[in-house]
Amino acid sequence: MARIIVVTSGKGGVGKTTTSAAIAMGLAKKGHKTAVIDFDVGLRNLDLVMGCERRVVYDFVNVINGEATLRQALIKDKRCNQLFILPASQTRDKDALTQEGVGKILEELSKEFKYIVCDSPAGIERGAHLAMYFADDAFVVTNPEVSSVRDSDRMLGILASKSRRAETNDGAIKEYLLLTRYSPKRVKLGEMLSVEDVQDILSLHLLGVIPESKSVLNASNSGIPVILDEESNAGQAYADIVARYLGEDIPHRFIEETKKGLFGKLFRSK
Amino acid sequence: MSTDTEAPIKNKPALEFKSTSFSAPVLVLYNSKLKQVELQLKEKIAQAPEFFKNTPLLIDLKNCSSEDQAINITSLIKCLQLNKLCPIGISGGSEEQHRQALELHIPTHSIRATNLHTSSSAPKSVVENTEKPKDKPAIEAIVPPVENRLVSHPIRSGQRIYAKGDLTILSHVSAGAEVMAEGNIHIYGSLRGRALAGVQGNTESRIFCLDLQAELVSIAGHYKVSEEFDNTEHHQPTQIFLQEQALIIKNL
Repeated sequence: MARIIVVTSGKGGVGKTTTSAAIAMGLAKKGHKTAVIDFDVGLRNLDLVMGCERRVVYDFVNVINGEATLRQALIKDKRCNQLFILPASQTRDKDALTQEGVGKILEELSKEFKYIVCDSPAGIERGAHLAMYFADDAFVVTNPEVSSVRDSDRMLGILASKSRRAETNDGAIKEYLLLTRYSPKRVKLGEMLSVEDVQDILSLHLLGVIPESKSVLNASNSGIPVILDEESNAGQAYADIVARYLGEDIPHRFIEETKKGLFGKLFRSK
Repeated sequence: MSTDTEAPIKNKPALEFKSTSFSAPVLVLYNSKLKQVELQLKEKIAQAPEFFKNTPLLIDLKNCSSEDQAINITSLIKCLQLNKLCPIGISGGSEEQHRQALELHIPTHSIRATNLHTSSSAPKSVVENTEKPKDKPAIEAIVPPVENRLVSHPIRSGQRIYAKGDLTILSHVSAGAEVMAEGNIHIYGSLRGRALAGVQGNTESRIFCLDLQAELVSIAGHYKVSEEFDNTEHHQPTQIFLQEQALIIKNL
């Protein structure tokens, strides 16, 4: 059985799609067969970040409606043969997704894949609900600012009450915190919440901190998941996160400014 | 493509049963004389006609049920409806009264459990109830035991927790969350959301928390929002209680 991971946040623009792309690529590169699904029907972005937008023929909604098979719709990544992308439909809206249809697709994918990464849309409506409903693990992506933290908190409440695991009493979804766009310098100036502040509010297991980095935007624009940019802070942070998720014990970094300075000198981000 | 809209609709459930709690005004009757009741009711309505127009109303009969001549529910309901009130239920009446109500499709409620708390502060007439226990053994039997509730996980933003007795929370209450109890509330963590104790009117209930950062605290309907807190109260282990109608926030 596959492990289903939902990447969620509540708030928009915090880095869900970037994270989904990076995590999926990271897991695939470790040799695990991974599928990444874009649940943001109507606002398709994952294909751009993955750099496969010109190869999209069929999409998620086509498969749900039986207009295409899963095999036809899955796009194999050119850089890693263990990674497959299921793009969202751009011409429909979230009502095209049904719980039954999503459940069927995930079940079918589960037979073949080790990990299924669900890239949730922002908000707490249908798309976001269906993205997290079948999840085993949740990566809660949060920016170090109050509105993002509150939205994540709300999302955690929904994860605890409205998922399949909650409804069938099958153990809770495992929740992990990913703090993105973190800038130790701005934390020091009091412009940003610190890791401790966020953990104090959310009391959640911290999987990793991704520092604010130009390489993220560059990577998205060029369609290369940032984890492949091994020289950048953000790429390394995502690699750490994947390793930690798979059970490796790796110390946290990019939290302290001094550390960042050192790494900044060693690996100047491009 | 033209059939697109049909598919999702088919899969959407058309209805759902949910459990929720909301507040509605309760009309407490101290007297079974309908004429007198109607007169005073009209006076009240005249003070704020818009407020009372079409308002849902629960009728509480527990304070007048011991009188010799029980009020006739059929005429009471008619009188309320003529005055543009919408009775949604009665409670605390006799079996006969409940039967009359059901004939008019007015639900009957048993909120006796909550009255246990208030009985000490309620008017004398309540005490008379105990003199005629034989009248309503059926109702006494329905009284559910006070249900205390223990929660060990964090209460997240947007979640609501309700306890019929005391509520104990071993974690924090996030901003945007709401915890409510008919009795006391104990929070062994930060209180960042709303806490409402004694929601059925128990003025003796209290709120305790280890770190007060609440948005709002309330005891039996008397509330304070965080703007009204003193700075000294913030981030402190605190208890909140009512003293002579005033909400007191005191460091532990």
